[in-house]
Amino acid sequence: MSSVAAKERPGFVWAAPAALFFALFGVVPIVVVIYLSGTKWNGLGTPQWVGSANWSALLDDGEFLPALRTTILLTVGTWLVQTPLALLLGVWSAGQQRFRAVLSTVFFLPLLLSTAAIALVFVCLLDPNFGLAATWGKFLGVPDGNFLGDSGRALPTVIFVLAWQFVPFHTLLYQAATRQIPTQLYEAAQLDGADTVRQFFSITLPQLRNTIVASSVMMLVGSVTYFESVLLLTNGGPGTATQVVPLEMYKDGFIAFDMGYASVLAVLLVIIGTILSIVVVRATGYHRMTSDREGL
Amino acid sequence: MRRRALLAAVTGIALALTAACGSSGPGDTKSGEVHVWSLQDAGLTPVVKASITRYNKDGDNKASLSTYINDAYKQKIQVAMGSPNAPDVFYNWGGGNLKQFVDANQVAPLDDALAKKPEVKDAFLPAVLKTANLDGKQYGLPMTGTQPVIFFYNKKVFTAAGAQPPKTYDDFLKLVDLFKSKKVTPIALPGSQGWTELMYAEYFLDRIGGPEKFDAIQKDPAAWKDPDVVKALQMCQDLAKKGAFGTNFASINYDNAGAGKLLATGKSAMFLMGTWEYPTQLTNNPDFAKKDLGWFQFPSIAGGKGQPGNLVGNPSNYFSVNGNSKNKDAAIDYLINTVSSDGYIDDLIKSGAVPATKNAESKLAGKPNAEFNGDVFKMVSTAPSFAQSWDQAIAPDIAKELLTNLQKLFLQQITPQAFVDDMAKRK
Repeated sequence: MSSVAAKERPGFVWAAPAALFFALFGVVPIVVVIYLSGTKWNGLGTPQWVGSANWSALLDDGEFLPALRTTILLTVGTWLVQTPLALLLGVWSAGQQRFRAVLSTVFFLPLLLSTAAIALVFVCLLDPNFGLAATWGKFLGVPDGNFLGDSGRALPTVIFVLAWQFVPFHTLLYQAATRQIPTQLYEAAQLDGADTVRQFFSITLPQLRNTIVASSVMMLVGSVTYFESVLLLTNGGPGTATQVVPLEMYKDGFIAFDMGYASVLAVLLVIIGTILSIVVVRATGYHRMTSDREGL
Repeated sequence: MRRRALLAAVTGIALALTAACGSSGPGDTKSGEVHVWSLQDAGLTPVVKASITRYNKDGDNKASLSTYINDAYKQKIQVAMGSPNAPDVFYNWGGGNLKQFVDANQVAPLDDALAKKPEVKDAFLPAVLKTANLDGKQYGLPMTGTQPVIFFYNKKVFTAAGAQPPKTYDDFLKLVDLFKSKKVTPIALPGSQGWTELMYAEYFLDRIGGPEKFDAIQKDPAAWKDPDVVKALQMCQDLAKKGAFGTNFASINYDNAGAGKLLATGKSAMFLMGTWEYPTQLTNNPDFAKKDLGWFQFPSIAGGKGQPGNLVGNPSNYFSVNGNSKNKDAAIDYLINTVSSDGYIDDLIKSGAVPATKNAESKLAGKPNAEFNGDVFKMVSTAPSFAQSWDQAIAPDIAKELLTNLQKLFLQQITPQAFVDDMAKRK
């Protein structure tokens, strides 16, 4: 029996290279950051152990809760904007329409650009005097083109730019998953008289459940750690309107040189990201690893 | 110089690509060799490099140079100091930046060496030396050009409106109304970055209360609550509320040259910025810079205690000697013999900078941009005080808070009182 099991399931050795890399670049840094969160260190000399001082400073920090709120708004906003768009585009691009291949290629273009390049291009496009914002702003009800400099508009603008960048990736996931759905299901539905909308809700959507979960976990955990786009687009501004926790962490660490406090925020991000992904996976039943298909 | 971060970064990358920047890693250090760390900057790097070449030719000691781009340097030097790979001579920003290193006992005072060679100290403008003087000891010598903050203006726009550069703040406010009525944004402000807004707070407080007020803040955060500080911040907020900067200033970015272009295209009439803006305009908008670019000092404020000639900005950047260096004597020797030497000053002028030395005036004459550079030198050499930008004078963690609060102040999100209450809490 054991020999059969050994054949079917590779031993721990198979996982060793990945585990080693994960330990070296995942676990060790986390341990070091936990240690640093108990120290006072500005990068000069050796860190001084201060125990829980940084953690109690968190309670007095008037900027942390707003930053956490902004992070949550960004995360929820990102999910609400990107998921329906990516889902519809993905399902559509899995079909056989005319020009589908050409249009799909165009949709996927943003995926090829680097985050920094996208952010910098949008900074120029959204320049209120010399960018597109100056001419297009009036059609969007913003005649002075003040998108990134307005406290109310900055966060939605960031969410829009992030969507422009990441929708193609999730579209790709949905396209691939849709192509895996057996065509017999649609043929049977057609025989029963179901229209396209009915087919979408009764077949496509349930069949994509696992993809929705996977894409959502990536989106949610990803947006908790969004950093470079926000840094380059608004640097947390105007004021603190788009200050997210990772940016706050960067500024505490590398602008204010308060490594101890920055480490506290880093540890919190690890905890939040982990909890978030566990919750999403549990809540959706994804952890049972069950198949959607009868008999498979 | 920090304000030229993007410029430096871009040129830095370009230089790195050509691999001709003369940068050699710390691993190349030979024992007994003075290792110098500096910024990678299209103007500055050749000047420092030439000084090293000269030094190696003349003296018994040898020196070598490593250069880094701005932001990377800030992080690298913070971690390297105190390690075996630390440089012997290092570039810094003076003020709060240098104080961190001094507090960690990592900088050598230069006073003994300067006492032996008094002409070196004597060569520099005292107001500029002061920024690297902490607790009465000289911890650094100026090694870049001096960069005060002044008003730039568009002569064409002024002529069209029948306006003159203002002498007093009342004149200035009248100009703001005049330009608004002409549908020109009175002042370009790249307010997506807090340091551009800081310049107004610095000048208002200096003109109202004099430079002593900020000196007091540096010693004791409670001094933020001084009524003059509140008044200065109120004036910032009033100016923004009045529409002097237009409605969308918080979207405008300095690094992509947006604000400078506003001035050059006549969409804005004035622009308060460091003198590094002049070479930037020469590069980006050469026609405008040659014909229509004017400049004037920040106006005086009636009833204020500060003298109208006072300046704020970047007095200079500095070279300091690592206090734990094994080659400390050689490092001090390099520093003392380099930055005030004729060769170094001539190279600085050739790079377009205005050196912070007393003899600069005669050397600037007849060189390119002599009018602008001569005016800047005159302002700096006659200034009763030259205060360092606050965000560089104070500790980095407080500076971060300061810039965030300033953005909120200009956006009318917090009152001046809430601002000073918050700053007074931080120590």
